[in-house]
Amino acid sequence: MRGNRRSLRHLSQNSTNSDVGPPTHQRVRSAGSPSCIIQTLWAKKPIKKMTAQEVRLCGLLLQEHFGEVVERIGTHLLRGGAQNLRTIANETNTPLDLVKKSLCVLVQHGVCDFGSGRRGPGSPVEYRGNCERVLRILRYPRYIYTAKTLYGDTGELIVEEVLQRGHMTMSNTVKTVADRLTHNMEEGRSMEYSEVVSSFSKLVETHFLQRCPPVAETATAAPSATPATHRTPASVTPPTAESNPDCYKLPPVTLTGRGKRRRSSDDGEEPGGVKKAKMDSESCGDEGIYWQVNFERFHQHFRDQAIISAVASKLDQTSSEIVRTMLRMSEVTTTPTAAYTQPLSANEIFRSLPPNYSISRPILDQYLSLLVDDPMEFVGKSGDSGGGMYVVNLHRALANLARATLESVVQERFGSRSARIFRLLLRKRHLEQKQVEDFAMIPAKEAKDMLYTLLSENLVQLQEIPKTPDHAPSRTFYLYTVNQLPTARLLLQHCYKTVANLIERRLFETKENKRLLEKSQRIEAILASLQASGAEPEQLTEVEEMITAPERQQLEALRHHINKLDSTENQVDETIFLLESYIISTKSK
Amino acid sequence: MAGRGRGRGRGQMTFNLEDVGIGRGDSLPPTTFKPSPLFPAMSVQPVPLQTGEEVEYMLALKQELRAATKNLPFYIRRAANKRDVDRYSDKYQSGEPKDSTIEWSPDWSRLPKELCIKVRKPQGKSEFWRFVRGIQIMYDTLEKKEEAVNSEEEEDDEKKKTNQEEEQAEEEDYEEDFEEDTDYIMSYFDNGEEFGGDSDENMDEATY
Repeated sequence: MRGNRRSLRHLSQNSTNSDVGPPTHQRVRSAGSPSCIIQTLWAKKPIKKMTAQEVRLCGLLLQEHFGEVVERIGTHLLRGGAQNLRTIANETNTPLDLVKKSLCVLVQHGVCDFGSGRRGPGSPVEYRGNCERVLRILRYPRYIYTAKTLYGDTGELIVEEVLQRGHMTMSNTVKTVADRLTHNMEEGRSMEYSEVVSSFSKLVETHFLQRCPPVAETATAAPSATPATHRTPASVTPPTAESNPDCYKLPPVTLTGRGKRRRSSDDGEEPGGVKKAKMDSESCGDEGIYWQVNFERFHQHFRDQAIISAVASKLDQTSSEIVRTMLRMSEVTTTPTAAYTQPLSANEIFRSLPPNYSISRPILDQYLSLLVDDPMEFVGKSGDSGGGMYVVNLHRALANLARATLESVVQERFGSRSARIFRLLLRKRHLEQKQVEDFAMIPAKEAKDMLYTLLSENLVQLQEIPKTPDHAPSRTFYLYTVNQLPTARLLLQHCYKTVANLIERRLFETKENKRLLEKSQRIEAILASLQASGAEPEQLTEVEEMITAPERQQLEALRHHINKLDSTENQVDETIFLLESYIISTKSK
Repeated sequence: MAGRGRGRGRGQMTFNLEDVGIGRGDSLPPTTFKPSPLFPAMSVQPVPLQTGEEVEYMLALKQELRAATKNLPFYIRRAANKRDVDRYSDKYQSGEPKDSTIEWSPDWSRLPKELCIKVRKPQGKSEFWRFVRGIQIMYDTLEKKEEAVNSEEEEDDEKKKTNQEEEQAEEEDYEEDFEEDTDYIMSYFDNGEEFGGDSDENMDEATY
């Protein structure tokens, strides 16, 4: 309670959690000399301020995927903003070569980008980390699984290869994927390049893959001196992928061939084959055109899926099919951050319904009006021409989904009566203590208890409204309130912390049982080699018995724990996606 | 003054306690003297995880990805620390790359020039390396002469052809151990870390 605070009449946020808050622009360290008027816009670009939980999670993800050295460099970059090579090497006490290697890895994967320094084109190159991109690593399995459901095994492998390598040329991707597919096929069959190319082009057409943005020329290894100096500083802003007009254009190369099966006898192959492979890669002609995964498009797809499944569970299957049709029709006409789709007339919707869903026109109209009247407001009516113009309220749907998430979190942690109070406060905005007790129909003592628990967890805030200018406590209203956006941010930070804790626990469990895991791996390797060389069953059982029964149990328990922890990470990531989408959608409204 | 005597044992405060909801005669919970426990007992259990084919597939994907990234060239390991004494086997057992080249080749036109790592021969030992290279060149020329001689003999005498092949095969066999300029076969330098399957069969008997 704030006692004697004599401040302000305006409604202020009483959140005490320092982790949460709207992102602020990072203040650029001033360049010092006043004569340096031209500052590159790259260095001035505002970046999101990192919270401690985000940085910790990013560090753990980098460590798992790229090792400790890259983790140290990456965390330093994320914490410290834009820095040049020497600063990084000195402050992290790492040898310069390792720093260079790590930066190459980070740039390859899009985590770090670089530009000329603050003092203009002459100063050393500065590097900046991108926290969001690191957090995407958590979502890789979901992207790959989505590609599998949409485009089959070929699509799945293409997306997996591009994700693991950061960015790749089309020819490289096609070859690697064809080889992998051939490896999994039975003997004698192999994968045609043309099939892989067709999957690749489908992914590009639907914008799931995009070309990497061209690099700003002033900082690369191949600078072109004269054109660069004539340019004004305004054009030195780093181009995004979307600003490239050729973003989704396939390179004009034809790839012919089949996947090669990698056999163990091929290791000692004659050098002629190796030379031939090298010549093939050089003659492909799409050098310099790199492809990366378009995360925004995948996120759009996830968002649409979330809306459709929400409609299906709230109403019924047919309504969800209608909403799916509407979303599919507006895929290309709606920008990713739009608050609602372009208006669609009922006639268009009727024509575009999938053929196995043959409902008559009046029934469609009834369904549409049901959707419009639903309190969740998934669909809105924006006009009457063409049988009724309907839009899908994307922002509203996301806000409702986020609200449902918050309510469910409160319910699972504090019980259904606390959840009732929470929902009440969400709807009624500001309520006094007495009013909360009355509306929620909960006895005073328990209501008070629950309110204070929620208050201590910062899910509910207290708002003072003074009656007199001297802010006397006996003459002030104290109202409880819930604000959805800050609470969503708070929960998002909790989610990041949760995932970081899960990863740490998993690392701890693995480390505890390291000896046992190594032993079991060795035994498996021996078993595999014995089986390959055709050993008798007695030998195999003898080798298997080297792991004792209690050790087997321990291993089983360990695997079970690790699977659970991994599965939980995936599930928390779904919540993270919902909350992040809601926050981004609100910010860009 | 105002506020005194609100209740025995309760402190005075500047605001009205009843507004907040603590009525007269209510007992407050006991004051805490230490921070809350690290793992407090949970009053409600969490909801069980989702299950299903999709969930399991994504789980398998996640674990596979994690294992695969360890083998990619992007996973950078620090060079192993030098042990206290340099061992003879270190020369022949280089697991980690000694120089700082990058194991994959990025597109250098997309990276700043300063990140390009070039391998340089160690400056201080240039004379020694030149000497070694000179010997290598001598050896190569001798080999070529031998092969030329061998091929002449082949053309002359067809019967000796099979012998020559055996000889060359033998030479190649010798190559395997001869490459690194040491007298020992390469498995001499294994320090027993890899498991030898046969030797542990008779674990029951005591070894003397």
